[in-house]
Amino acid sequence: MNNTPQTKRDFLKYVLGAGVLAWLASVVYPVLAYLKPPKQGEVEVTTVKVGPLSAIPKESGEIVRFGTKPVILIRTAEGDVRAFAATCTHLDCTVQFRKDLGVIWCACHNGKYDLSGRNIAGPPPRPLDPYRVVIQDGDVLLSKKS
Amino acid sequence: MSTLGKKLYRWVDDRVHLGDLIEFMGKKYVPVHRGSIWYYFGGVTLFLFLIQVITGILLLLYYKGSEDLAFESIQFLMSKVSFGWLIRSVHSWSANLFILAAFIHMFSVFFEKSYRPPREMTWLSGMFMLFLGFGFGFSGYLLPWNELAFFATKVGTDIAGVIPLVGKPMMIFLRGGEDVTGATLSRFFGFHVAVLPGLFTVLLGIHLLLVQRQGMSEPLGAEDSPAADKKTMPFFPNFLLRDLLFWLIVLNVLAILAVFFPWELGQKADAFAPAPAGIRPEWYFLFMFQTLKYLPAQLWIVDGEVLGILLFALAGILWTLVPFWDRKSAKGQQSRIITYVGIGAIVYILVFTILGWLF
Repeated sequence: MNNTPQTKRDFLKYVLGAGVLAWLASVVYPVLAYLKPPKQGEVEVTTVKVGPLSAIPKESGEIVRFGTKPVILIRTAEGDVRAFAATCTHLDCTVQFRKDLGVIWCACHNGKYDLSGRNIAGPPPRPLDPYRVVIQDGDVLLSKKS
Repeated sequence: MSTLGKKLYRWVDDRVHLGDLIEFMGKKYVPVHRGSIWYYFGGVTLFLFLIQVITGILLLLYYKGSEDLAFESIQFLMSKVSFGWLIRSVHSWSANLFILAAFIHMFSVFFEKSYRPPREMTWLSGMFMLFLGFGFGFSGYLLPWNELAFFATKVGTDIAGVIPLVGKPMMIFLRGGEDVTGATLSRFFGFHVAVLPGLFTVLLGIHLLLVQRQGMSEPLGAEDSPAADKKTMPFFPNFLLRDLLFWLIVLNVLAILAVFFPWELGQKADAFAPAPAGIRPEWYFLFMFQTLKYLPAQLWIVDGEVLGILLFALAGILWTLVPFWDRKSAKGQQSRIITYVGIGAIVYILVFTILGWLF
């Protein structure tokens, strides 16, 4: 085996280089992992009771809580009750019902959705995610569409 | 100088040779020409940054960086603490004037092509400081935890999420989770008072060192004229005194704005309230915000917003790298195209900012 000083030096260089890399990785990895926020254990909400249907006027819309998410509950002029994720599909703002325009409107970039949640004007690229609405014993119940 | 003062000076001089520094300052000259006025805007930007540091430290004495306390702590500061409203108002106004002064400074450097060799590093450090300035503005905007700030942060961080591949992890890193919550506030507070000031100070040090080392840039073509024909002014005290006078004027403007147009606090953020009508970001983001409003949902096969954001990112990169692709100025020749690009950028920013204000 050629055991010259040169190869010995090369060997030491590799060992040292690998050592430095391993050291760097052992410093950088925990820091990077630390920066990533942990997943919060949330209670998964499947159904939310909003309240009596009689308390919701026709041609109205309001934001209700669905766990940590805002949901917009719409009651049309005909009396239909519909619910959609209140988060605009454009850039995450919270939408609102505009009675004067008869649409769901996002104030941030003037996005408009019809009362079926379809994006009809402005920059939103997709319709609002729908929620299932059930009327049970006169109460409005919301649940996620599977 | 009093005897004590002389003694103190000699004591320090013995140790660090102040004489050399004074001699260096005495030999420093500033070129005088038709564009000399623009030299002052770098100093003004520095002055406004110093005001930000001082008022920022003062605000820290009362501010509480949490979802439950942030808004209330600023309410307390503005209603109960003596001159609390003034300190906050100065901080907010000074932040805006800082960005304005930095913009003027940047455009003057751009039109004079002062970024040409050997000052590429000065331009780059300045541009990075401007980006950090946007970061300061964006992170500071959220700290009062009011309605406007909440939605501006939602939109701003969602924009970061649009960038392909790295966007989503970056958005989660910025927000401290999937949504804008108290975790976002804690992170932004940390960025605003620790990370950004640290980085900014390093860049500022490099920027000022380069200016000292290389001297003030002269207009294109002026370098070739004989030294005897060049008009100059000593930096110390002539230029410095003019600088200080300009700072005094800016301080007066700032005081008038802060007193007569105190900064509003607005409504406390509510994650379950719709975005209020008339919502808009700080004026220096308005031209981008307005562009995103006009872009259709789909352009060819790409989402309109994705295309818009990527185009702005590309324009920003090209602008930052101008010293490396403007070959004409590097050779000392007049480059008309660059001037037109600069005028185009100003017109675009002005038109879309005004549209953003009106609609």
